[in-house]
Amino acid sequence: MNRQVDVLVVGAGPAGLAAAARLAAAGAGRVEVLERESTAGGVPRHCAHPGFGADARGRPLDGPAYARGAVRAALRAGATIRTRASVTGWAGGGPATGRLAVAVTAPGGPEVVAARAVILATGARERPRSARLVPGTRPAGVMTTGELRRTAVLPARLRDLAGRRAVVVGGAPVARYAVRALRAAGAEVAAVVTEGPPARGIGDVPVLSGTVVTELLGRGRLTGVAVRARDGRAGTLRCDTAVFTGDWIPEHELARRGGVPLAPGSRGPLVDGRFRTAVPGVFAVGDLLRGVEPARVAAAEGRSVAAAVLDRLAGACGGPDGVPVEAAGALRWVVPGLLGAEPVPLLVRVGRPLDRPVLSVSQAGVPLRRERLPARLVPWRSVRLGPHWTGGADPAGGPVVVAAGE
Amino acid sequence: MSVTRTGPLPAGPAAEYDVVVVGAGVVGCAVARALARHPLRVALVEAANDVGEGTSKANTAILHTGFDAAPGTLEARLVREGHRMLTAYARESGIPVEPLGALLVAWDDDQRAALPGLAEKAARNGHHRTRVIGGDELRRREPHLGPGALAALDVPGESVICPWTTTLAYATQAVRSGVDLHLNCRVDGVVPGEPWHRLVTPRGALRARYLVNACGLHADAFDALLGRHDFTVTPRRGQLLVFDSLARDLVRHILLPVPGRLGKGVLITPTVFGNVMLGPTAEDLGDKAATGTTAEGLAGLRAQGARVLPALLDEEVTAVYAGLRAATGQEDYRCAAHPRQRYVTAGGIRSTGLSSSLALAEHVLGLLADCGLDPGPERALAPVRMPNLGAAFPRPYRDAGLVARDPEYGTIVCHCERVTRGEIRDAFASAIPPAGLDGLRRRTRARAGRCQGNHCGAELRVLLARYGTGAP
Ligand SMILES: Cc1cc2nc3c(=O)[nH]c(=O)nc-3n(C[C@H](O)[C@H](O)[C@H](O)COP(=O)(O)OP(=O)(O)OC[C@H]3O[C@@H](n4cnc5c(N)ncnc54)[C@H](O)[C@@H]3O)c2cc1C
Ligand SMILES: Cc1cc2nc3c(=O)[nH]c(=O)nc-3n(C[C@H](O)[C@H](O)[C@H](O)COP(=O)(O)OP(=O)(O)OC[C@H]3O[C@@H](n4cnc5c(N)ncnc54)[C@H](O)[C@@H]3O)c2cc1C
Repeated sequence: MNRQVDVLVVGAGPAGLAAAARLAAAGAGRVEVLERESTAGGVPRHCAHPGFGADARGRPLDGPAYARGAVRAALRAGATIRTRASVTGWAGGGPATGRLAVAVTAPGGPEVVAARAVILATGARERPRSARLVPGTRPAGVMTTGELRRTAVLPARLRDLAGRRAVVVGGAPVARYAVRALRAAGAEVAAVVTEGPPARGIGDVPVLSGTVVTELLGRGRLTGVAVRARDGRAGTLRCDTAVFTGDWIPEHELARRGGVPLAPGSRGPLVDGRFRTAVPGVFAVGDLLRGVEPARVAAAEGRSVAAAVLDRLAGACGGPDGVPVEAAGALRWVVPGLLGAEPVPLLVRVGRPLDRPVLSVSQAGVPLRRERLPARLVPWRSVRLGPHWTGGADPAGGPVVVAAGE
Repeated sequence: MSVTRTGPLPAGPAAEYDVVVVGAGVVGCAVARALARHPLRVALVEAANDVGEGTSKANTAILHTGFDAAPGTLEARLVREGHRMLTAYARESGIPVEPLGALLVAWDDDQRAALPGLAEKAARNGHHRTRVIGGDELRRREPHLGPGALAALDVPGESVICPWTTTLAYATQAVRSGVDLHLNCRVDGVVPGEPWHRLVTPRGALRARYLVNACGLHADAFDALLGRHDFTVTPRRGQLLVFDSLARDLVRHILLPVPGRLGKGVLITPTVFGNVMLGPTAEDLGDKAATGTTAEGLAGLRAQGARVLPALLDEEVTAVYAGLRAATGQEDYRCAAHPRQRYVTAGGIRSTGLSSSLALAEHVLGLLADCGLDPGPERALAPVRMPNLGAAFPRPYRDAGLVARDPEYGTIVCHCERVTRGEIRDAFASAIPPAGLDGLRRRTRARAGRCQGNHCGAELRVLLARYGTGAP
């Protein structure tokens, strides 16, 4: 079966839904969102805790309520949302050949959906143990927070998954989530093991900072993890569950299979300030660009992409414009990776904590701006640099380098 | 025909078999399948809770031609014949195979100088189509090779195959053709007798007129149960890294190192699942259960991989694992008939057992005949058609006709590997259903992809609870 729409959005998380709502409301024609899960809403659906802003009357929203609101807004604006519809690849030769069409698998049968613009909003995942190259055996009881989070809605399964005594690996705020979920499932949390400094609010759980997991032990089920601290001290933590948290990698398969170049630091699609990728007609927003940010950041990107998509529908065939923006020093990534004539804010993230951070922007070796930031920078929180940071950049000049140091 | 996993074994005449094959790795399963062609009562008895749980689940999955075997050995002959037989069998039973061919890449003058000798050796092993190619052709055929690749030996016919489907196909066909498969059933003792040997297991006793030892790493220990001490198995560990399918375009052939003074080195190969594999290490160990990976092992592999295919290292790793080869200090298999004991040992099947399995099974039948077994007339086996796990062949999620008949094939559960609910249901309803999520992964690819269950683990647990309860 073949269908044609005007705008195709892949992924019904906060970013994709916000883009669809804005575009449908702006009269972009047929706007369709494809979501591979059985329910739309993305990651917030599994985040049964407040932290997702407030509703119109000021009552705090939890993740599921936020997700329902985002779905409602997209539908009300006139977008179509199809769930259990998995985009498995590009149809034909892919977007490089000029044809924008994706292959979809759904219970109604495989189909090809062609569109005039495609917005990728496929989110991010946590690196599992294998991708982190953690050696040892391959026992049961080893998972990511994502798996734990999704199992949390299935109490009967959760008890078995969470085990009796768990170790949480990683220091980012998601570790806090994992600790809470494990305890709710009746497991004792033996320790949080983190290479960097600990995030705040882990509570009364022992935190082993500056420590790495060097080996997983046990056959059948996990029996422990070997750890080593930076000072060389090593030991074994007895546990039957290990949850690997944080360490995000964008779900960039579709982007890459479509020939979309990635930004080196974030491993997400390289976009300009209007969220255009290097492939005409293909846009990218949300966690796909760089891993997890608060839902409101992803949703804001979804809304922002609408303008460039509308331009494309109106016949503008501009590719992404601008000069490359590169991360240097202690910075791990910067988004967007291309800086055009229009001043846009930058989102940056450090790879290690900086107590007295100094940020600088330069172009072709010429300093544009340098500032000491008032607060500490940590690897699990991004900083937004307002448009004034890059105001002086020449859109026809050389690469812009954003660097962080102390 | 039956598959048992728990409870007491059958008693009385139901526990009496003409042949009992001990060990359900790729070798034992192939032997059981070959025996199933004859009107014999056969049991396949395995200590683990699934077939292929030993070395057969953790190898580099290459269907070797035998071009580099030691000429004149049993191994050389069986690999050569096994390659031909398994290539044909794979076609009829749906085991994914891709005949990519191998390139032995030379990185220095010594290695380049060794290539003609290797071609000659290949010819002595009956492989006459190898050819030395120069740097230009090599680069054209493998554009992502690292700098410094000088030349290569082109070895057509070397193929990649699905090791899990192969073992499972043999076992399934054996079971469907009347073989009893008893899992979770380690043979702890053998009481030799006439006409029956008595096999003692935690689930009860079995009686066998003839016995086959296909115990892999434990073949020496099993021999000892019959008072034999012909060889000792030393586990030789091979650690492996599997890379994301997004790396698949970086490599087109099986890239083998030129064997040299510094050991065999590591290979880089596509897998039939569309991943890229890097490994294995070779470490002699004392522990037959040491299937863990080590930091040094993985770092060493990455360093070697970086030289051969630098871009590979930028890709995500989807699995790290290790397998143990059954080395016996002899550059050949250790297969023997012991007529007085009505007993055949198929041991020391070191690093080529997947490739040789079908020919080895015929060889074992011959050894059983040497022990006095009259197998009787041959009959056709029950046909098998295995679900395809290969990326190069059609999968259910894109099959419009199939999804129209049954929408379960249009409902993807494992998104990374595109495994549908229909395939998962089928696996649990198959002749040898999985015992848990790992067995399910080997049968369907569910949870074998880049997220390792981050997305689908929860739903798979629900499906395991729903369908898995009916498992034997
Ligand atoms: C544990 C945890 C706690 C969090 N807590 C908070 C919080 O308290 N407050 C807050 O503001 N934010 C929180 N966040 C962050 C927030 O959830 C994310 O920022 C947000 O979900 C990102 O939205 P997205 O649309 O980019 O991606 P996602 O929400 O990940 O959505 C992507 C969607 O795309 C779908 N998809 C992917 N590939 C395909 C395909 N090929 N075909 C079809 N569909 C596809 C996926 O199924 C998914 O539904 C939390 C995140 C986590 C992990
Ligand atoms: C790293 C590595 C890479 C390899 N690469 C390749 C390759 O590319 N191509 C190739 O052809 N070959 C390869 N091999 C070799 C191949 O995997 C083996 O030759 C083959 O799997 C051996 O099969 P098996 O049935 O003899 O042993 P196993 O698979 O180990 O089976 C033996 C079985 O016997 C059972 N058992 C043992 N004792 C008892 C008992 N007392 N009672 C009941 N059951 C018992 C065990 O549980 C086990 O399941 C590789 C091996 C390794 C380790």
